[in-house]
Amino acid sequence: MLTKRIIACLDVRGGRVVKGVQFVDIIDAGDPAELAHRHAAEGADEVVLLDITATHEGRGTLLETVRRAAAKLFVPFTVGGGVRTADDATAVFDAGADKISINSAAIARPQLIGEIGTSFGAQAVIVAIDARRGTNGVEDAEVYVSGGRKPTGLRVVEWAREAEARGAGEILLTSMDTDGMRDGFDCELTAAVSEAVQIPVIASGGAGSAEHFAEVFGRGKADAALAASIFHFGVTSSRELKAQLASVGVSVRLPC
Amino acid sequence: MIAVIDYRAGNLTSVVKALRHLEARDVVVTQSPDVVRGADKVVLPGVGHFQATQLLADLGLTEAVRESIAKGSWFLGICVGLQWLFEGSTEAPGTRGLGAFTGICEHFPSNEIKQIDGRDIAVELKSPHVGWNSLDIIRPDSRLLRGITAGSFVYFTHSWRAPAVPATASVTNYGGDFTSTIERENVMGMQFHPEKSADVGLQVFKNFVDL
Repeated sequence: MLTKRIIACLDVRGGRVVKGVQFVDIIDAGDPAELAHRHAAEGADEVVLLDITATHEGRGTLLETVRRAAAKLFVPFTVGGGVRTADDATAVFDAGADKISINSAAIARPQLIGEIGTSFGAQAVIVAIDARRGTNGVEDAEVYVSGGRKPTGLRVVEWAREAEARGAGEILLTSMDTDGMRDGFDCELTAAVSEAVQIPVIASGGAGSAEHFAEVFGRGKADAALAASIFHFGVTSSRELKAQLASVGVSVRLPC
Repeated sequence: MIAVIDYRAGNLTSVVKALRHLEARDVVVTQSPDVVRGADKVVLPGVGHFQATQLLADLGLTEAVRESIAKGSWFLGICVGLQWLFEGSTEAPGTRGLGAFTGICEHFPSNEIKQIDGRDIAVELKSPHVGWNSLDIIRPDSRLLRGITAGSFVYFTHSWRAPAVPATASVTNYGGDFTSTIERENVMGMQFHPEKSADVGLQVFKNFVDL
């Protein structure tokens, strides 16, 4: 049976892992390569490295960090941040990434999704969507770019559908309303996106307990869920989290 | 020497990295039919479209692989590389596979039947099949799966799948059973990615390297 994936996320800035609350207050949490290996050893199903400052500071992805992290990582490894062209993507794949996550660049030029997919396969392209809806309904959720700084006027569900049509392999949906609050995922929005597309949806933003993951896999219809701060500060490991999920009937990769 | 065939489909970095991690000697990434003919082991990785395997025929690699298998060299196809061992795929009907195994690869169905409250109900089946799924080992004598516990999880990412045939060593269930590992004498394949399947994947890959 296909299991629900637990994905460890490393937000990187200046070569260090950081974690913000609602995209701001940044706390240093360690070396990306070391943390990537630790997450894999502790049972994460995948590791994602997001260079959260790459886009607005106009820097390329930290290829050297990617190379070091990928060197001994034998679970799927996704890299995002600063990929604007198919050539940028090639450099990141060559450094050892299995999948690329694109966000602002896909909105600026949606053909990029198909261009990367043609060379590396649709499975290698994740379209990341940063969503904010405040107290509005899910149909009014809006896509933001540049690390959550700029509203785009695009509706989240519509953009997810377009990304799929253009060849995205997965959607990484981050709720900026819930991100870093450790108060649970936006299950309603996640379910709306998951029902709108055929491709897998990774839920992100708001993980604070095993119960939150069970909710987003159930009610939220997510195929995978991502967490960052919950692991970095030793709240729980992926393995512990999965054991708790298994005990409430969620299908997960165990032993791992 | 292990020849890893580069047919410009997807990303070979992870496969080569895993082989080196397993201390495989003499790993060569190649497009040369002669290098393939001279190798003890041949690995055909692949993510992406079945159409890309057309290049194998165009470069003379299909013939080289056929000869290599006939003289007893070990062959391992990964993902699309496994699918290529069959006769073809509905993903690219004009492109022929090697035909080592009988059957055509097909897309996952869009629905699966689930029993809900005692009734059969069609529920949507997402595609691609992405993530960790389990191996139902049906051939305990498989050399590739030596030391692997039944039900072990490995990482998949694909939308087309190969049918279960007599040479199938393990099946995996997603909208029905498909071939996740195949093995007949020196011809082997895995639908999952051993280089991305943590310790289980590395063990299976090592079993091939150690042959």
